[in-house]
Amino acid sequence: MKILYFAWLREKAGIGEEDVSPPETVTTVAELVEWMKSRGGGFAEAFADEGMVRVAVNQEHVQTDHPVAAGDEIAFFPPITGG
Amino acid sequence: MIRVQAEDFDVGQELEKLSDGNHGVGGVCSFVGLVRDIAGDKTIEAMTLEHYPQMTEPALAKIEVEAHDRWPLEETLIIHRYGRLEPGDRIVLVAAASAHREAAFEACHFLIDWLKTQAPFWKLEETPDGGQWVDARSSDGRAAERWLTDKPQDKPQDKPKGKPDAAE
Repeated sequence: MKILYFAWLREKAGIGEEDVSPPETVTTVAELVEWMKSRGGGFAEAFADEGMVRVAVNQEHVQTDHPVAAGDEIAFFPPITGG
Repeated sequence: MIRVQAEDFDVGQELEKLSDGNHGVGGVCSFVGLVRDIAGDKTIEAMTLEHYPQMTEPALAKIEVEAHDRWPLEETLIIHRYGRLEPGDRIVLVAAASAHREAAFEACHFLIDWLKTQAPFWKLEETPDGGQWVDARSSDGRAAERWLTDKPQDKPQDKPKGKPDAAE
């Protein structure tokens, strides 16, 4: 699955996008976040305050209980500040 | 109609297009967002708008569909810029054209309030102390929530001709 990071999440993660293959036990956004945090480094810091992280799966805003599957595009970003 | 672009836009020209050739339009309401040079106590030298390209237009299209669903509108327009902007620069234009003013006013207000919590943009401010990402404001969240509770069940009725509003 493809992971995208934006704004300060991207800066903390140290990367803008990547392809990942999490274990089969990862079936939701929340489980994906836990798995990514377990990799440590910038990811753990980027997700340190999960209340500040928003998620979109295939370009739609979702909650963390939303399912994720191979082939999905998952984007993590801070609360929006457009307009 | 939606445009996501780096280039500036001409407000007058864009508003004219909304009613061009459509004489059913009785009112056009618009909002222009601009870059200010101060945020709190910090001087802003520039602001860079980052966005999620694959999601920006679909997100704005959804907002537009929602507005057309709630109000009787002839046309709506959202133009949102990205990239590096300086104080005084235009960031966003939202506009709504309708037969009557109430729908145009409300839809315009809805479009900008909804955009501020739904459209994937993030602002990086350049200050004398360095770059800093803007925090989302709880007031923006509350402004968007207002439209959840105020959602009309039916579209507004046309006012009878010749009857003045209480506000006039």
